[in-house]
Amino acid sequence: MSINAEQLSSSNNLLEVQDLKKYFPITAGFFRRTVGHVKAVDGVSFTMKAGETLGIVGESGCGKSTTGRMVVNLTTPTSGKIIFDGKDISTHSGRSLRESRRKIQMVFQDPYASLNPQMSIGEAVAEPLIVNHMLSKKQAFDRAAQLLETVGLRARDLSRHPHEFSGGQRQRVGIARALALNPKLIVADEAVSALDVSIQSQILNLLADLRGRFNLSYLFISHNLAVVRHISDRVGVMYLGHMVEIGPKISLYNHPLHPYTQALLSAAPEPRRVKRRERTVLQGDVPSPANPPKGCPFHTRCPMVMDVCREQEPKMRELLPGHFAACHLH
Amino acid sequence: MAEPLLAIRDLKTYFISREAEVRAVDGIDIDVAQGQVVCIVGESGCGKSMTSLSIVRLVPRPHGKIVAGEVIFNGTDLLKLSESQMADIRGNEISMIFQEPMTALNPVMQIGRQISEVLVRHRGMTKKQALEKAVEMLRFVGVPRANEIVYEYPHQLSGGLRQRVMIAMAMVCNPKLLIADEPTTALDVTIQAQVLELMKKMREETGTSIILITHDLGVVADMADHVVVMYAGQVVESVDADTIFENPMHPYTRALMDSIPSIDEEKDVLYSIPGTVPSAAHFPKGCRFAERCPLAVESCFEEMPELRELAPGHLVRCDRV
Repeated sequence: MSINAEQLSSSNNLLEVQDLKKYFPITAGFFRRTVGHVKAVDGVSFTMKAGETLGIVGESGCGKSTTGRMVVNLTTPTSGKIIFDGKDISTHSGRSLRESRRKIQMVFQDPYASLNPQMSIGEAVAEPLIVNHMLSKKQAFDRAAQLLETVGLRARDLSRHPHEFSGGQRQRVGIARALALNPKLIVADEAVSALDVSIQSQILNLLADLRGRFNLSYLFISHNLAVVRHISDRVGVMYLGHMVEIGPKISLYNHPLHPYTQALLSAAPEPRRVKRRERTVLQGDVPSPANPPKGCPFHTRCPMVMDVCREQEPKMRELLPGHFAACHLH
Repeated sequence: MAEPLLAIRDLKTYFISREAEVRAVDGIDIDVAQGQVVCIVGESGCGKSMTSLSIVRLVPRPHGKIVAGEVIFNGTDLLKLSESQMADIRGNEISMIFQEPMTALNPVMQIGRQISEVLVRHRGMTKKQALEKAVEMLRFVGVPRANEIVYEYPHQLSGGLRQRVMIAMAMVCNPKLLIADEPTTALDVTIQAQVLELMKKMREETGTSIILITHDLGVVADMADHVVVMYAGQVVESVDADTIFENPMHPYTRALMDSIPSIDEEKDVLYSIPGTVPSAAHFPKGCRFAERCPLAVESCFEEMPELRELAPGHLVRCDRV
């Protein structure tokens, strides 16, 4: 899937990711010799338009978080391009990199781990404004107070510390901090996964509301298919470092084309008692990304595997309008 | 109706320290019939895990204490047994599966020994016999290369395999009751599906009753015969699984159902329950859900509603429905 048909895209894309790869070296012995690579992300391409939300689903170790971290530049890609607002940010450095990075912010999964327990939440939210020399300290705190109200907290909470807040409230602080620099794109990595369902729905509604108010785009990474369907315009499915299917959400959920997407959708338990369609239970585990199978990455677990799948890696092709899948069946 | 296998009566488990009295489980009644799957649903801090730990008397010490109630298992009140009598029941007639198998398994003990330990303790088998039985049990729960894996250590296995090992260990003595606390929460969906299928198969083949504790209503729909919804240390609704999805009555249960997104339906805005769960150290005197409830009236804040039978077999703790 090295070249993606989506590259035909026009210039109004906010984000273009082209053949992105991240290999982590495996070292051994006294001299830390490289003996192999974990192919965490192995040739992923996609695009996002301004104001659009792209959901990425997949299981542990499929490379969805690494992809998100490369987009915000927390992890350096091994190869590939990340074009944001017309500029290739994967090769930038120094000042121009800093400018682009302001426009891309991240919300993390664990609101307990991502806030400094010794900093008041006012300091946490004002910090990006101060380190980027955008506002004076006083102005930054005024802006932080405003941001807290935007996310549904009270301005007078400014001087309180993270331990005084519940998980949902901390996630709101994390969102306020991400909003501080007026980003265009927010990468949300499992942003609601640690929350109880009643709190999860509060945060999802907040994210949807903010998207409308500030014309934000989200790259929304989650293992939860229902949450991704709710928030996204388009959805991509990853497996073992590859994007195996991507398309408009209704098309993807109603007509999943890749057998992996079909299995994922059928495995997700629905909170309803109606007789469900026959469940496809996949056998075995995901292969190790340090030693991925030849051919299609899914062939070892695919219920519809053919000979060609073991030899040749399928290419991404547009099979329905805007809906791409990499599978030899189609 | 026949005697239930397990009957919990007015169970209260509190955490008592000098500063506060935290009423984690505050007067609950749950019945589990032979061969039944009862799901206990609720959010963090509702007391569902403490309920399960109270059944096997493993409430964290020194602060946690079962202060009142009865846990009648097979005709005997477990709370009245001596510590050594209780030890004969744990892992034998009642066993548990925990959420995180990595913390529940001993990292420096071979898989085979961990499983066979139970048999040596409860069944008086020799180590050799017990190890053979362990291999057989691992095969039964679908662990590949079972005869090699008994000599491996937990860190060598994937999350799904570790959970299968936990199930094998829990089921090896043919318990009458299996308590599974969030057994699939840490697993990916495709692996979760495998583990849920396995639990169904175990129930069918051995007739074991299961108490399944979960926050995931999808898992409930898939597994439950009977559902108990807990909120702030109390049971707020208890009914058979079909009814809970077709006709939930407590405002909290309804709100929970409305706040989850669906994978095959479009919802524009999710319902969200305002506010947060009250602190277990300072429960209000009236209904504990009143502050977040769309139906609450003044009297709800004044008086705690009783758990009432509103339809045959359908218990609801709400005066407004």
